[in-house]
Amino acid sequence: MGLGGSCAGWLMQAPCWLGGDFSLSEDTQQQIIRETFHLVSKRDENVCNFLEGGLLIGGSDNKLIYRHYATLYFVFCVDSSESELGILDLIQVFVETLDKCFENVCELDLIFHVDKVHNILAEMVMGGMVLETNMNEIVTQIDAQNKLEKSEAGLAGAPARAVSAVKNMNLPEIPRNINIGDISIKVPNLPSFK
Amino acid sequence: MSDVVERTLSALPGLLGQQDPGAGPGGGPGRVSATSRLGGLIRSITALSSKHEEEKLIQQEQTNLKATVSAPTTTLRLMKECMVRLIYCEMLGYESSFGYIHAIKLAQQGNLLEKRVGYLAVSLFLHENHELLLLLVNTVVKDLQSTNLVEVCMALTVVSQIFPREMIPAVLPLIEDKLQHSKEIIRRKAVQALYKFYLIAPNQVQHIHDKFRKALCDRDVGVMAASLHIYLQMIKKNASGYKDLTESFVSILKQVVGGKLPIDFNYHSVPAPWLQIQLLRILGLLGKDDPRTSELMYDVLDESLRRAEINHNITYAILFECVQTIYTICPKSDLLEKAAKCIGKFVLSPKINLKYLGLKALTYVIQQDPNLALQHQMTIIECLDHPDPIIKRETLELLYRITNGQNVTVIVQKMLDYLRQSKEEYTIINLTGKIAELVEKYAPDNEWFIQTMNAVFSVGGDVMHPDIPNNFLRLLAEGFDDEKEDEELRLYAVQSYLSLLEEEDTFYPQKFLQVMSWVLGEYSYLINDGDPEVIITRLHRLLKQTFVTSETKAWIMTAVTKMSSRMSCSKTIDKLIQEFSTSLDTCMRQYAFELKHLCENKELMKNLFPLDASCDEIMVDASLSFLDGFVAEGLSCGAAPYKPHHQRQEEKLSQEKALNFEPYGLSFTSNMSSSGFTGRQSPAGLSLGSDMSGNSAELGQKETNCLKLDGVRKLWGKEGYLPKKENKTGKEDKTQPVPQDSILTAHVVDPPLMQSEQQVVSLSEEEKEKQQLASTLFVGLGSNSTISLIFESLSCHFPVIEAQSMESCQKCVQLEKVCTEGVLSGSISYHLDTDTHLEFSLTFSLSDFIRPMKMTTEDFGRLWLSFSNDVKQNLKMSPSQGSLSVALNALKQKLKLHIVEIIGNEGIAACRLLPSVPCLLHCRTHARTLALWFRSSCSALPDSLLYQCQKVMEEA
Repeated sequence: MGLGGSCAGWLMQAPCWLGGDFSLSEDTQQQIIRETFHLVSKRDENVCNFLEGGLLIGGSDNKLIYRHYATLYFVFCVDSSESELGILDLIQVFVETLDKCFENVCELDLIFHVDKVHNILAEMVMGGMVLETNMNEIVTQIDAQNKLEKSEAGLAGAPARAVSAVKNMNLPEIPRNINIGDISIKVPNLPSFK
Repeated sequence: MSDVVERTLSALPGLLGQQDPGAGPGGGPGRVSATSRLGGLIRSITALSSKHEEEKLIQQEQTNLKATVSAPTTTLRLMKECMVRLIYCEMLGYESSFGYIHAIKLAQQGNLLEKRVGYLAVSLFLHENHELLLLLVNTVVKDLQSTNLVEVCMALTVVSQIFPREMIPAVLPLIEDKLQHSKEIIRRKAVQALYKFYLIAPNQVQHIHDKFRKALCDRDVGVMAASLHIYLQMIKKNASGYKDLTESFVSILKQVVGGKLPIDFNYHSVPAPWLQIQLLRILGLLGKDDPRTSELMYDVLDESLRRAEINHNITYAILFECVQTIYTICPKSDLLEKAAKCIGKFVLSPKINLKYLGLKALTYVIQQDPNLALQHQMTIIECLDHPDPIIKRETLELLYRITNGQNVTVIVQKMLDYLRQSKEEYTIINLTGKIAELVEKYAPDNEWFIQTMNAVFSVGGDVMHPDIPNNFLRLLAEGFDDEKEDEELRLYAVQSYLSLLEEEDTFYPQKFLQVMSWVLGEYSYLINDGDPEVIITRLHRLLKQTFVTSETKAWIMTAVTKMSSRMSCSKTIDKLIQEFSTSLDTCMRQYAFELKHLCENKELMKNLFPLDASCDEIMVDASLSFLDGFVAEGLSCGAAPYKPHHQRQEEKLSQEKALNFEPYGLSFTSNMSSSGFTGRQSPAGLSLGSDMSGNSAELGQKETNCLKLDGVRKLWGKEGYLPKKENKTGKEDKTQPVPQDSILTAHVVDPPLMQSEQQVVSLSEEEKEKQQLASTLFVGLGSNSTISLIFESLSCHFPVIEAQSMESCQKCVQLEKVCTEGVLSGSISYHLDTDTHLEFSLTFSLSDFIRPMKMTTEDFGRLWLSFSNDVKQNLKMSPSQGSLSVALNALKQKLKLHIVEIIGNEGIAACRLLPSVPCLLHCRTHARTLALWFRSSCSALPDSLLYQCQKVMEEA
């Protein structure tokens, strides 16, 4: 199942648990983070980005896929139903999205805006499955939400402007011009439903 | 578009209304200060130098937060900030369970933004089985019904992250509706939520499989892509159910590869790479072992391979999937050729990630195409010495697949080298298993075998799989075909272990010590020139080591005991016994005493520890058939038959239910206790041994209760005598007390049945072949109202039977539930030249199970009052039957009744249903009618007997 209980973490001096749908206790989570950090931080530059899992993350079926950006490690834990290289690029998409959302992202952004990072990840990976890989789409969603936040922060007392803010974040504005018949994928008629 | 705006606007007043008035104008500054509080927290944490300080700081922070979140004046806005700080604390590993309920509240009450934080906190804090999740369900339901798209999105997101399984029905219809939503993002998230449900409770979404198909054909690519997750999962489980979709998947892939998607979906100018990967995986699963389905996808695979040319990471991802799919489905030669080329590209690539995948691909295809490995021989050798341990391990994995008798020593050596460097438990477990497997399969000689296994045991230590030492010992014990070879192997093992133990103070893993001590105990006699005293001294030394666990000590003690059985006397053993007889470890003391006593009786000891007999089967008669005679004797003395545990349990349960009715049964209990009750209990305890002895009391208790129950039925309603309602006859017929103990528990041996079987058998015994006889199965077919009877299934098996001889098999048939008729059917099978089956069937009626019951009029009177199930019926008498005595005699003959007394036009008779369910009959003639009145402790019996009587009267 996808990022079979994806644990994605960004790791620095203090490794952090970023997301995942493991039903794990706090202790186990912390243990996994420690072990992962231990494994990943030991790796040289000239080695592959995949690590076959230890016992904690579920044995042979699961593996860690990580990318290293300056002081940051982004680690995804996935099961065998995900493509290794695909996940590597998913991390790239994630980071680029963060970069767009925070305008030149740095590690402090990630720490001070934990909740936003989570929201961005939630747009990409939902319930352990890759939901969206289209960066523009993710950014649009996040922008809409940010606008909402800004308007609420500044203008909570001014309902009229809040209305306009809500208008702005409305989903229909998302440019995703694919629901028109001629360019959408035509799936052959499946006889079983009409 | 405008309608959505409108809907959102209409929801807005409510949304604003939810805001706490306190969060109004003052909200802005409040937020800033909270943010700075989070900032302050983070800054002060990074400034700290020790873990201890951090703990203190967080504890303080948590105390503050606890006070804030539980204060009634806290605004939702402030609560939101608190949640962010709590998330931070949790992320650092400090549990903040006091905030969980407030997170749920925030999700429930907050405006959009606060709700979002609330939901996020909930999905981060709680795990799937957390009880607080139930409180979230209502909020989710409300948000799913909201007209605001953002709220719906948030609800769907949280559902797909975390949702209690048992509450799925509450939201399922709402989410199904969302599949028809006009916004693609909602549809997409709904599909994702359903996927989550499919994972945690597949049965609950079975009915919407058609809707999944609709999602697959959705006009939006995102929705279609989301549905692929579900299909991948379902096809993994059951590929054959989705073959009809192959063409759809192929055509989707064709369009994606052909660039029919909007440019938006391109990633580094590759069209929707993740979608392609997903589709390729699905196709692989569908085409596996299915030439016709595979046929459909050759073209598109070829095109995918061709298009994935650009030199970018993501194209390699697609290529890799292509290769894997091509090797999974039914092979096509030109595709295989291209795929092999691709693998070559991967393996030879300077990029390490690609090399890793290349090795993986090689490992995957090696069985189909061993030549490919030969082509890349040199690269593989290079990879063996690669600085990256992951690459090395992948290479070893590949080598493991190509191991054979010739290369085993080299490959195992490489694996051992890797093993020695590895500290990781998981790697050790994995590799030791593989080495042990290879060694067992391909070991070229004894010496190498033992030495390699020694290395495995020392390095693998106690983390390796317990099967490894077990298999090794079994191999040693069972040996191969060559006895001489086996002895050499064992001798070599003994010698090598002795030399290992020679050095003092060397540490060995417990498992290894256990293996050593077993081998030494079992095979040390093979050493002709050695002094057993020396071996025992070494084992003794081990026993005193502190690193040896008590489990291992037990192994060592056993070894010593085995060895001492082959020696006349030994000082070391005496010393050892003395030493451990006073040990604080009770187990060791026990072993020492055992050894001591065994040493006093060498003959017994030799019998107990025969030489080289570890492989001899010890025959255990699990059915305890040698007790059959004893049981039969017990039964004939009146013991109650054995009831399996579950039956006793059921009876106990039913009796618990009956407790309410106690007052009504009192008089009866006193009646029964005088009538042979105790006589029946003791044999039960006697015949059934220790396991059963506890049940006699239970049975006795049950009797009273059951009887009481029957009494109550009679008193409370008419159902009591309706056989349909009666479930308890089965046990009553075993436990019903009757005031005559000689015939109480006789069991039927039905002679006619067994003779018929016997005849068939003897007919078929011309040849001295192995014969089988199995007679089985009662199928009860209650004719009208009665419940079917249950007989146990019988079978017996004869060994070879001499020609013209007889072999007999006797089985009891018991009626467990009263019914009018039943069929005993079975078959006799035997083997001559071919297997032959002879079917037979016998029909029994109730009267076959009725026996007369002798008693006096006083007994009759007492019993009559105690029975509660009764049936009355008037029968017309034909003129020929005339008087009462004539009629009763007819019944006596046909139904085997015992006539107790006849006075004038009234008569009483008694019978019992085998083994011992009594039934009493009172009859009276009056002007050509015969009034029959049955009473019994069993509710179904009077009815059935009446039916039999009617038949008799009609026949006469």
